[in-house]
Amino acid sequence: MRSWITLALGAAALAALMLTGNNYFLRLGTFFAMYATLALSWNFIGGLAGYPSFATAAFFGLGCYASAILQSKGLPMVPAWGVAGLAAIAFAALIGLAILHLKGHYFAIASLAIAEVLRELVNTQGHLTGGGMGLNLPILKLGVEQQARVFFVAMLLLATVTAAVSIIVHGSKLGFGLRCIQQNEDAAVMLGLDARAHKTAAFALSAVFTGVAGAIYGNWVHYIEPSDVFDVLLAVKPLVMVLLGGLGTLFGPVIGAAVFLLLEEVVWRSFLTVHAAVLGALIVLLVLFLPRGLAAIRFGWRKGATA
Amino acid sequence: MAQGGDGVSALLEFDNVSRAFKGLHALDDVSLRVDEGEIVGLIGPNGAGKTTLVNVVTGVHPATDGEVRLRGRAITRLAPNKVARLGVARTFQIVQPFPRMTVGENIAAGALFPGVACSMHEAMAHARELADRLGLGDVVDKSADTLTLAKRKRLELAKSLAMRPKLLFLDEVNAGLNSTEVDAALALIRDIAASGITIVVIEHLMKVVLSISTRLVVLHHGRLIANGPPEQVVRDPHVAEAYLGKRYAAAMAGTAP
Repeated sequence: MRSWITLALGAAALAALMLTGNNYFLRLGTFFAMYATLALSWNFIGGLAGYPSFATAAFFGLGCYASAILQSKGLPMVPAWGVAGLAAIAFAALIGLAILHLKGHYFAIASLAIAEVLRELVNTQGHLTGGGMGLNLPILKLGVEQQARVFFVAMLLLATVTAAVSIIVHGSKLGFGLRCIQQNEDAAVMLGLDARAHKTAAFALSAVFTGVAGAIYGNWVHYIEPSDVFDVLLAVKPLVMVLLGGLGTLFGPVIGAAVFLLLEEVVWRSFLTVHAAVLGALIVLLVLFLPRGLAAIRFGWRKGATA
Repeated sequence: MAQGGDGVSALLEFDNVSRAFKGLHALDDVSLRVDEGEIVGLIGPNGAGKTTLVNVVTGVHPATDGEVRLRGRAITRLAPNKVARLGVARTFQIVQPFPRMTVGENIAAGALFPGVACSMHEAMAHARELADRLGLGDVVDKSADTLTLAKRKRLELAKSLAMRPKLLFLDEVNAGLNSTEVDAALALIRDIAASGITIVVIEHLMKVVLSISTRLVVLHHGRLIANGPPEQVVRDPHVAEAYLGKRYAAAMAGTAP
């Protein structure tokens, strides 16, 4: 119950950003909602099941291109977003069958390769995707401010749905099974757990909202190209956010997304030329000194108090 | 369903089962049968193939030759989680808890995955009941990695029992326990058997096996070298040879009254 209230309050607080009418805040808010969606999504497979997936970029780009291509064929924007999500689920289930029996580093490398394969596919199928030239998406016939609001609301809704599904999964048999897999997969299987079904479900869950986020992102920025939406950083960032916030925790990924976005903004502004290096160093420090994430601080203090 | 001469039904049957690892026969042409209600002691020197036998039944390392049947149904190449759902449980020689979950959650996993309990709530209720029965009631909300070895072994047993198995393999459940703990564990095993679960005990400690088994099966180099009532098996010269070496076995036989 408490998690649902937290979610409702958080979403409402974020929605209040619209009242400011400040486009910079709206842009930040949209990015935050997108990052939170990606981090919460990654948490299903990476945090709960403990499979270090680098497939986020693949799902994001897949959703982005699926929606863009469908819209170029005349499908309206919102249905295209929905189909992009479905495409991501189907793709994840299929790929999952092929790589989810791999463990640890092997799984990580295999999942990393998926985005590269998709990127090459997009590059070579120029008649559909525009190839390396990229694709333009239809621009909404609205003013700049209205557009900013539309995409902010869309991303916020998506993040809220992702968080709601996270709450449900964390309290469900599926979530429990995934935690068992993360801690001792062999033992879980000996107790009768169907590991393949559980992992495929987690992988599909990590894909669906990421795919929709990619689709919304495409319309938000009007123009997409393979090197942007299959960027390996898209796979690394959610992982860092979850590590920052707390692996396998419910709202840790959201906290991590907020912290990451703030760091990114502040560092980018202050250290324009070396921002990537400074950001990297900060992340290393945070992960080194808070190995269980920011969410662990509170729990650590509580444990200390009751001991 | 296979029926024995005395009308007892066979729970587990091995027909000429072999398991090879790159040419090495960890299990070599073993035929065996376990009836319902038995407590079978499975013994043999290190590397005799005892754990391999468990892995063959549970589907972790399926037989490379021969057939394994559970209540007459072939399970030779069934996946581990499916074998578990048919009612085969095992404990591991090296305990395998979910370390960062509570003791209660660990046991609940055993009830939830094979479908004994339908919901998390129901599974936790089962878990509390079992924890009380196995003397883990006071640590049910503690993290599993905080337990002592004896309690971790109990937890391993509790997880298996939560599955409501028909057949339970106990792989060295007494290893590393002191004699008081061993006595308690033995009482528990008898208790479990009395509740209608067929048990196969893998043990190093001869004394332990002799005190609870209704039958002994001896493996050596992957082959079954003896199978029968405990008192008969321990006098078998082949068994003494496997454990002590040829020379000692001959000397023992010579000095026997």
